[in-house]
Amino acid sequence: MAQQSLEQRREQAIVTDFAGFWQSRHRQDQVLRAVVYLLLVVGAIGVMLPFFWMISTSLKRPGTEFTFPIEWIPVPPRFGNYQTAWTILPFNLWLFNTVRITGLSILGHIVSCAIVGFGFARIRFPGRDAIFLLVLATMMLPYPSVIVPLFILFKELGWIDTILPLVVPTFFATSAFYIFLLRQFFMTLPLELDDAARVDGCSTFGIFYRICVPLIKPALGIILVFSFMHHWNDFLGPLIFLSDLDKYTLALGLRFFQGQYRVEWTLLMAASLIILSPCIILFFIAQKHYIQGIVITGVKG
Amino acid sequence: MLGKSRLYWKNVFEGYAFISLWIVGFVVFTAGALFGSFSISLTKWNIVGTPEFIGLGNYQKMFEDEFFWKSLQVTILFLFNVPLNLALGLFLAMLLNQKIRMIGFFRTLFYLPSVTAGVAVSLLWMWIFNPRFGVINVLLKNIGISGPAWLGSETWALPALIIMSVWGVGGGMLIYLGALQGIPTAFYEAATLDGANALQKFRRITVPMITPVLLLNLIMGVIGSFQVFTQAFVMTKGGPNYATLFYVLYLYQNAFQWFNMGYASALAWVLFLVILAFTFLILRTSSSWVYYEGG
Repeated sequence: MAQQSLEQRREQAIVTDFAGFWQSRHRQDQVLRAVVYLLLVVGAIGVMLPFFWMISTSLKRPGTEFTFPIEWIPVPPRFGNYQTAWTILPFNLWLFNTVRITGLSILGHIVSCAIVGFGFARIRFPGRDAIFLLVLATMMLPYPSVIVPLFILFKELGWIDTILPLVVPTFFATSAFYIFLLRQFFMTLPLELDDAARVDGCSTFGIFYRICVPLIKPALGIILVFSFMHHWNDFLGPLIFLSDLDKYTLALGLRFFQGQYRVEWTLLMAASLIILSPCIILFFIAQKHYIQGIVITGVKG
Repeated sequence: MLGKSRLYWKNVFEGYAFISLWIVGFVVFTAGALFGSFSISLTKWNIVGTPEFIGLGNYQKMFEDEFFWKSLQVTILFLFNVPLNLALGLFLAMLLNQKIRMIGFFRTLFYLPSVTAGVAVSLLWMWIFNPRFGVINVLLKNIGISGPAWLGSETWALPALIIMSVWGVGGGMLIYLGALQGIPTAFYEAATLDGANALQKFRRITVPMITPVLLLNLIMGVIGSFQVFTQAFVMTKGGPNYATLFYVLYLYQNAFQWFNMGYASALAWVLFLVILAFTFLILRTSSSWVYYEGG
């Protein structure tokens, strides 16, 4: 009996000790924080692993990517792989094509979606809200659903193997998401601005161009970044509309590279890394705009 | 008509002038294209000859086409990535919503994969999933597990593509994070005073407050999953044994490899209707679980 009760008492003491430890808010916070850090560090390593793997492979001597154990830091690193990968195929030409398509598409989206977004945000006209709903509804339309008729249309126009099928639609405000985003921004500007400008004899287009557009520059920045990412990486569009090697974009060229030099993972990773780097660099430069754009989508969507 | 002021008509004129670009774009590239797609879907046409009208023949053919069913099955199985990404994204957002040091750095790291896409990423994951020399199987081998052939395996090819999609979980995470930061701290303080524990706070405050964003991520995830193409085209070409024959890949093959323009258009219309049905279904049920503040 006495023995048992002693044990019980000891157990109890441990339990109360532990409870005391746990009940202290400070301790609780500390433990929680340690768990959060642990999860974040493990998760971050997992997320970064593909990038490390890519960089590591791209710096290896062709052939040595097939060795055990994994040599994470190749000695010596072969920076020459990047030059080899880039010059083995006409990547410079494809870079030029991609820059041209991406640049013009960004311009198209910004100009057309700003004009249309302004119309929806700041002019009151009958049917406006119903039409805006229709704009939002087009977000549900999958692009693959219209590629066949578009291909036939552009073929009839003689636009296949030109940049026109990829660029021209962007000038007709075909992105509902960008219209929505810009409309939200235009709506936040006070209406008194318009009235004051009108009293001074400014036309509606003048109000749009001279007063409102300069005030929503951050939003235009968001669209620039988003549409850059989209068109830079686009694959299905160029695949359908471009067939001549000279007209290829980087994405198509990389795919061609894969077909030609199947096992050269070192060079494939080097070329892939070069092609991904503008997106990553742009993300770091425009991080604030980018994140803001996404958060607005969530909060106002 | 006469009762309306000059200003009214000015607004009508200017309003439609401003949105005219969209109207033209919609008529040509959306409505026109959809109508064109439907017209072509009623024909048999290999693009060089003249289209032959066959009524609903293409739609009938779909019912008997085992590859159509297979592609639908693959795509719907792939939808499993949506709840996975929703849950993981929310969990990650909650971790990254803590006030701890270096949090900005962690947010950037987790978001980084979302800014990469396309062929380059597909090639990277092909190499990661390489059965003998890819990083996953080498690491598994280190702990004594012999990994599957991934993209070369009929069983594991689709799960591999789902794993790859989870890498981009940061995109949804960021949207949650925005919503989490929009929840007034007063809610949590009041709940703490009332003696609520962490789990109760999560269930009664956090979850209801982020349901609108959950709905957004759900719909975007479903629409996106139905349009998977690049990964399948670059990494598996639909194989092995059609295990990754995604719907859009099958559509592409019909249209641009075999030039069955009519049949591809019928597939395109069914895709459109399926996405519409899914979105409609989600929106219909959403009123019972989505909480809108003040509405």
